[in-house]
Amino acid sequence: MTKLPTWADLVLVPLISLVLAAAISALVILGIGGDPVEAVKVMVDGALGSPYGWGYTLYYTTSFIFTGLGVTVAYHAGQFNIGGEGQAQLGGLGVALVCLALPWPHWTLALPAAMVGAALFGAAWAAVPAWLQAKRGSHIVITTIMFNYIAAALIVYLLVEVLRPAGQMDPATPRFPKGAALPGFHEIPGLSAIFTSKVPANVTFFVALLACVGVWLLLWRTRLGYEIRAFGKSNSAARYAGISPVKVILLSMLISGGLSGLMAINNVMGEAGRLLQNSAEGAGFIGIAVALMGRNHPLGVFLAAFLFGFLYQGGAEMGLWTSIPIELRLLVQGLVILFTGALDTMVRMMIAPFFRPRRKEAA
Amino acid sequence: MMAPAQDTGRQATAAPAIELRGISKAFGPVQANKDISIRVMPGMIHGIIGENGAGKSTLMSILYGFYKADAGEILIHGREAKITDSQAAIRAGIGMVFQHFKLVQNFTVLENVILGAEEGALLRPSLAKARRELKRLAEEYELEVDPDALVEELSVGHQQRVEILKALYRQADILILDEPTGVLTPAEADHLFRILANLRMQGKTILLITHKLREIMEITDTVSVMRRGEMTATVTTAGTSPEELAELMVGRKVLLHVPKAPANPGRTVLEIRDLRLRDATGVERIKGIDLTIRAGEILGIAGVAGNGQSELLEVLGGFAAATGSVRMNGEEIDLTGRHSDGQTRRARGIAHVPEDRHHLGLILDFSAWENIAFGYHNAPEYQKNALLMDNAAIIADTEGKIERFDVRPPNAFLPAKSFSGGNQQKIVLAREIERNPDLLLVGQPTRGVDIGAIEFIHKRIVELRDAGKAVLLVSVELDEIMSLADRIAVMFDGRIMGERLPADTNERELGLLMAGVADSAETAA
Repeated sequence: MTKLPTWADLVLVPLISLVLAAAISALVILGIGGDPVEAVKVMVDGALGSPYGWGYTLYYTTSFIFTGLGVTVAYHAGQFNIGGEGQAQLGGLGVALVCLALPWPHWTLALPAAMVGAALFGAAWAAVPAWLQAKRGSHIVITTIMFNYIAAALIVYLLVEVLRPAGQMDPATPRFPKGAALPGFHEIPGLSAIFTSKVPANVTFFVALLACVGVWLLLWRTRLGYEIRAFGKSNSAARYAGISPVKVILLSMLISGGLSGLMAINNVMGEAGRLLQNSAEGAGFIGIAVALMGRNHPLGVFLAAFLFGFLYQGGAEMGLWTSIPIELRLLVQGLVILFTGALDTMVRMMIAPFFRPRRKEAA
Repeated sequence: MMAPAQDTGRQATAAPAIELRGISKAFGPVQANKDISIRVMPGMIHGIIGENGAGKSTLMSILYGFYKADAGEILIHGREAKITDSQAAIRAGIGMVFQHFKLVQNFTVLENVILGAEEGALLRPSLAKARRELKRLAEEYELEVDPDALVEELSVGHQQRVEILKALYRQADILILDEPTGVLTPAEADHLFRILANLRMQGKTILLITHKLREIMEITDTVSVMRRGEMTATVTTAGTSPEELAELMVGRKVLLHVPKAPANPGRTVLEIRDLRLRDATGVERIKGIDLTIRAGEILGIAGVAGNGQSELLEVLGGFAAATGSVRMNGEEIDLTGRHSDGQTRRARGIAHVPEDRHHLGLILDFSAWENIAFGYHNAPEYQKNALLMDNAAIIADTEGKIERFDVRPPNAFLPAKSFSGGNQQKIVLAREIERNPDLLLVGQPTRGVDIGAIEFIHKRIVELRDAGKAVLLVSVELDEIMSLADRIAVMFDGRIMGERLPADTNERELGLLMAGVADSAETAA
């Protein structure tokens, strides 16, 4: 197959995939009697038309960056970590335990501690599948999926039986102390001029951006990253070079789980202020799509996370303000995943002929 | 060796079995075939020789209908043939035996033979017919294969026979073989050549594509040489020499045998005692080996692939566990794999150019510079600080190595998979040799490497020896062992069958040892 120029590979292919996904979504909306033009208007308006919309879009983006980066790190080691959802939920538990442990005086102290808790719990949840893969060859996809269910059940048990304050009706932890509340965009000096109403996007967004840089440095500038990528590309060659498979699988999965767990400082600490059941709300799974679409590169993950943040927020607005049901958001997301992930090769084949003649002229 | 076909009388009267006129084919800017014309008379074996990427495979793919030529025409027995796909090629009487077999592993031989040539809705009549036909072909051409054996249980040589049978069953009278001996043992290759000679006697026409000069000289009647998409010459085999063919292939004079001074062995570098290895299934692959390698000598391990040489390299390279004793520079090294790996071996002065550069020696998706750091990525000169690697230093180092080893194209950022086999091997060699190891392990150094690069690689290995280093060379190419090694150990079934000096032995004796026939005169190793 013709090799596409880099710009086409990175920009054109995803763009065409998106247009195709949008076109089919439009057809479905027409089919159920809706107005696709109105739907797009409501989505764009709701997600990007106001500081309030941006506040939600960037909040979702933050969560998806963490889970997307988690999938990315494991992917480079050749490990398909499907367990981001469970790892994010456990990260939430870590955040809750840290936040409730002390009467935190200020968020600048609580945030680093909560990050450690989130990352440790997320990593711990990835550790068992990683160990089983590294030592016993149990397939990581199967074990991480299973651990999602175990995580959900464990959290519900803990919320109902252990962490719920006496007399409280809903299965949730007590509210975190005031000093553990992260400032939202509406509370950050400078940003508060733009975000005048309360929005869920908070300082975690900047932590997520730092995490993107960190993951890039890890994968392409450190020895561990070199070993992770080498092992992911060729297990046999890594063995020849003296790279330990056990070390690479364990460390990459711990980092992956830790990143997914870090998502909890966004939703549990930054937004809810307490741990609820199903706190990750599917962001762990969306992380897979984000990593896939972002070509497993931190910059791509950032862009893809933003796209899915837009779809999430825009889709919610669409469900709210039009007769189109909110479930259609799932359809749009599904189509985006289908075209950017599964049908990627098809799109490439479609555009390849346009690049062939031009190359010939150049010769 | 077999006698070349002498009956030229028949060929003069008939039209050529295959005639290509002005075939051209371009892939984008790359002109893979440029105005190529060949005439092959019926009942001849015609060789097509050229380096990797010279356009041999493209030409054969055009003949078999995989590619459509941009220009030119194909005549089969004097009539123009429109070969649009492989079905059309089969109808025109062309059969193809690919380098990588296209057999269904869990089908029997019989089922594979009729696959795609079944007649009617029921299999039974077709199978019965094929069984009769196979019996006849087996008798006629020395093509014995058990028709009821599963293909996955057959040796590589037998699998190849199934491919030939498939073609003959489809009434092919022109047979194309693409690098047929690449996967065969010398004995299997000899058998294949007997089959080909039989086929020639029956009037079949054979096109043999290879990069091995020996095979061309041994079996073909005429030979065409390709270089960079062009046909540079067509000559009769009897009227040429390997040296002339090599020059035509590469475009300059090539040394087929690198000149080297007698070895001057010094102290013992590596001492192997009673080395044994069991694989994951419990089969003993190395059954007690004793070897000694001295500084300043090349020890060649000859043997048919799969007799424990790969395992030997893996153990010494640090990524397979074994029992016994290996002393490097007088110090015991850990064979259990619990306290050692490829990294610790490198630290002990052992460098390793593995047999399989695609799966072991290189990460094909990594750029050249990333591959130069491979295995040495913990080296202090490649680190910027405790945390980060110094990519700029690796790139600078790579550019030096590329220049000194003449890697083409000289681009450190190109992924390894974009280099030709010879240049990939140069990257691996540059990485391992320039570490100045006490012991260099080299497996199949010139497998899939073009002739020009072979000369270069051989020179570098001899240079390393002359610098007083020990070299352990494993190769299935007897030629290579004979011309490089200072001492030859033959391996068979996990044992050393004997050691010989190149001057005191010949290919026949080594061939017998490789087949497991030990003689009484064997010196105790």
